[in-house]
Parts: sequence; C-alpha cells; structure tokens
Amino acid sequence: MSLLNATGIDYHIDRIPILKAIDFHIEPGELVGLIGPNGAGKSSLLRLLTGIETPDRGEIRLNGYALADISPQQRARLLGYLVQGARAYWPFSVEKVVGLGRIPYQKWWRQSDAQDQLKIDQAMQTTETLAYRNRIVTTLSGGEQTLVMLARIFATENQLILADEPVAALDPYHQLHVMEILRQHASGPRAAVVVLHDLSLAARFCDRLYLLSHGRLECCGSVGEVLTGENIARVYGVDSQIECSEKGVSVTPLNRIGEHHP
Amino acid sequence: MILKTIDTRLLNVALLIVLLLVLALVLSVGAVDIDLGKALDDAWHHRITVESLILFDIRLPRALLAALVGATLGLAGAALQGLLRNPLAEPGIVGVSNGAALGAVLVFYYGLAGFAWFVLPLAGLMGALLAVLCIFLLVGQSRSTITLILAGVAINAIGGALIALALNFAASPYAMQEILFWLLGSVANRSFREVQIALPFMLLGWGMILYCGRFLNALTLGEETARSLGFDVLRLRLMLIMGVASSVGAAVSVAGNIGFIGLVVPHLVRPFVGYEPRRLLFASALVGAVMLLLADLTVQSLSGSTEMKLGVITSLVGAPFFLLLILKSRNTLQ
Repeated sequence: MSLLNATGIDYHIDRIPILKAIDFHIEPGELVGLIGPNGAGKSSLLRLLTGIETPDRGEIRLNGYALADISPQQRARLLGYLVQGARAYWPFSVEKVVGLGRIPYQKWWRQSDAQDQLKIDQAMQTTETLAYRNRIVTTLSGGEQTLVMLARIFATENQLILADEPVAALDPYHQLHVMEILRQHASGPRAAVVVLHDLSLAARFCDRLYLLSHGRLECCGSVGEVLTGENIARVYGVDSQIECSEKGVSVTPLNRIGEHHP
Repeated sequence: MILKTIDTRLLNVALLIVLLLVLALVLSVGAVDIDLGKALDDAWHHRITVESLILFDIRLPRALLAALVGATLGLAGAALQGLLRNPLAEPGIVGVSNGAALGAVLVFYYGLAGFAWFVLPLAGLMGALLAVLCIFLLVGQSRSTITLILAGVAINAIGGALIALALNFAASPYAMQEILFWLLGSVANRSFREVQIALPFMLLGWGMILYCGRFLNALTLGEETARSLGFDVLRLRLMLIMGVASSVGAAVSVAGNIGFIGLVVPHLVRPFVGYEPRRLLFASALVGAVMLLLADLTVQSLSGSTEMKLGVITSLVGAPFFLLLILKSRNTLQ
C-alpha cells in the first residue's frame, strides 16, 4: 500500500486553475522530488498533500485512509510540512523552536515533559543543531535556520516529511547537509517529498521525480526517465548538458531556447 | 539583551504575590486616612461605619476595577501582538478601544444603559468587535507595521468622528461633559456594580484568549505551519478576536479609554518569558493589573482639587514609549 496516494487532483485559486488531473504516490522508504519551472504548481501540490488545503476534485489517501477524514492532530503527527523560506517571527531560542514540533502531542494546558525533551534533543542531534540550542534563531545564518526548522519537524517524528524548496538560497555545504538528512529520513516506513529547483541535487538524491509544468504532470519516473535533454528543453525552455558518471547525474543549463518562457 | 528565561510557574507566582502586595498598598492609602484594622473589624461584625464604608464601598471596587481593567488590557495587547505577529499592536493604537468607546457612548447617548445590566458591556463588545474585524480585513495576511499603524489611524479616525457626532448632538452640555470625562478613562467613583457588569464579559474574553496560547506559539512559524501542526487557523483566529473584543469591550465600557497599557506591558514582559506568546499571556495580565493599580495610585496622590484621569497618565507615559519603540525599529519597519 502506498504511504500517500493522490489521484485526479484538480485545484484552483481565485478561479485560476493551478493543478489539473495530477496523480501522485509515494511508497515507504522513498525520497521523491517535485520539479518544474516557477509557477508550475509544485508548492500548491505540496500543500494539498499536506492536507492544509483541500483539492476541488480528486482523492488523497494516507496509509489507505482519506486524508480529509483524518483528525488534524493525527495528520500533524504523521505529516510534517516545511514551508518555503521557513522562519520564526519572534526571537525564540533554537530549542524553543524545535519544541514547537511537539505541539501535536500536547494538550492545550500542558507544558512539555521529559518525553518531549528527549525527542527535542534527538531531533537536534539528527540535524546537528545541538551546538546552538541556546542561540536566538533569528540571528542564525540561512543554512543554520533551515536545519533548525528541519529539527522542528524531526521532533514530531513524522512518517512523511514534505519540504518546499528547503535548499533554496543555501550554500553547497548546507544544500548537501539538508539533502543528506532528508535522504536518511526516507528509509523503513518513512519517506519524504521535496520540491527542488536544482536538477543535479534532484538527480543525485531522489528515487523518483515528478516533473510539473503549467499545473499538469509532464512526466514522472526514475531520474533517468525524467531528466532527459528533450524533457528539460520542452518544460524549462533551456538547452542543457546532462552528464552521467559513477558519482551521479549532473544537469547544467546551457542557453535559453527562443525569447519566451515556454 | 537576552535575559535568562525564568520558570513560568515561578514567574507567575512571584507576579501574583507582587499583585497582592500592590493591592494591599492601594487599599491602605487614599484621600482620607483611616484605621484599616478598625475598618476590617467593623466590617467583620457587620457594623456600618465610615471606616468600613471607605474601605469596602470606595477603595475596594476602585482597586478591583483597576486590576481587572489592567489585566484585560495587558492580556489583550499580548494576544493582538501574538495574532498579528507585530509588537506594535495594541487595543488603543489599532482602534479597538475607540470602537468599544463608540459602542458605550451610543448607549449613554440614547440612555439605553438602564434596560439591563449587560447592555453597556455588550455595546462595548460590539464596537470593539467591529474594530478588530476591520483591522483584520485591512491588514489581512500582511505583517507590515506600516499597514497596521495606518489601519489603526483609519479606524481610530472613524470611531473618533462618530463619537464626535454623538457629542455634537448631545442632549445637554452636562451630558456632553459627562461623556467627555468618561472617555478620558478612569476608575474613580466606581462601585461593585461596575465590577459586576464587566466581570462576566472579561472572564469570557480571558478564557478565550488563554485557550489560544498554544496556537499563538505555533503562529510564530507562520499560518501555514500552524495549520500543518493541526490548528484550525480560521476558528482560533476568530476566537482570539472575540476574546479581545469581549474583554476590552467590557473594560472600556466601565472605565473609558485607557491607552498604552497593552503596548508597554507585553513589551516589558516578553524578554522574561523567552518571547513565547503563550507564556506572555498570563504574565502580561498580572503585570497589567499591577501597572494600572500603580498608575491609579499615582493619580490619587498627585490630585489636587481636580483629580487627574487615569487614561491621561497612562497616555503621558505610554505615548513617548510608543515613540521610542518606533524610533528603535525605524530601520526595520516595512
């Protein structure tokens, strides 16, 4: 049984169609990449899969149950959502931010207990953020902040993590670090969906890719099936050089085809 | 800049003790010196004497009302700041107090207050609710401080204009003067009746706000993240708005406009609770009560022949503080 399975998803915002007839599934142990040009509907699809928005048509099932029928609290325990450009609006300490990930397990009047603290420490261990547990999150670098936001998700111990462009605006070191953490997470019963713009990172870390364009699913499958020169030219409007070596696949955009974005 | 976060329970117990001490202090001083021991003794034996009357019919309701109104304003300020994720949000600045005042003025104007005990606070609630809903429609998802302040200016202007209209057509100069004085904000010459009128609406509002503490914490990471953490953002946002409207509406309808408590108090408390909106709530209520009691004490001790109004002194202290906050954050305002 698929961990998450979406079929025939239609979605619109303000009468503008965003997604059309999308089928998506992810199996336990998989790291799946969502790629496509700006405005293709990647973020919208991720929000639908997280259950914080509901599609106009189609069905999303989580472990076989309709996502809409799962209680918000249960859903929050199973699915972790990392919003694009995640940040904290108050100057919280790092540990406090990570502690927010325990909310789905807490009653409204309760303070965090020893069990929560254990999970918080483990999450910071996994993401290597223990060193700055007492620092103020808003004073950290972009890369460090992303790791803290990931730690917040790990503290919930979600089965499925959905991350929206977690490596955008990060340096190569932190890009690799974040992708490695997500890769590690996606094993056994757990999995992760990640929206990416860097096609080489997608090729290197993901098991399968979904290529979206103008709200439609252009193609999906293994890295080799999706990242072909022809697909990239058609969807992104660029010529590219695709190199395969034993170290992985790398995609280098070379030049634009024509004057306009396809 | 970073203060070590203090254990929540310890902080709240300490603040509660301070509140009780200040309450005792406020009850022991006044325009007339009385023998407190005699007053208590007389009241205990059901003897109605000057001393017991002064303590229980004049000082106690005044002090209680100051504490309740202060707690409401501190709590509502903390709640609005958490909801809008903006440290400059405050019931007075964003126009909620003026909305409540308009509701109450209309009740005075048409002489409706006598119909039932709940007419006055309910009118305050409705006015406040209208103002908060306007703020929300105007500010929406934007966290821009400029938008918030401009929305506040607009709502305050509308509320002020309508209040002026009511004053303009007031039945008599005396009625007009009465409303004007009331608008300045005061807890002087209040009885237990005002406490009775306001308390149910305040308790309801406090409960709604405190229930949303965890939600406010989650909002620190934005609305989408809060939703992914299992919160029904629409419902809880409405509950917070209702809570602020109910408690501030009741506070304004019995004490008039008392500004800036909701701005200053959460700002002072925030570093001690690690900037956590949930822990800020209760502590801000306690500190708000202490601050307004002390402000009222100052008013009483400064007063000569005309008593200074409580709302005047909180504005005299609070407005420069507001200015300072703006100067401090001027470079980061968007």
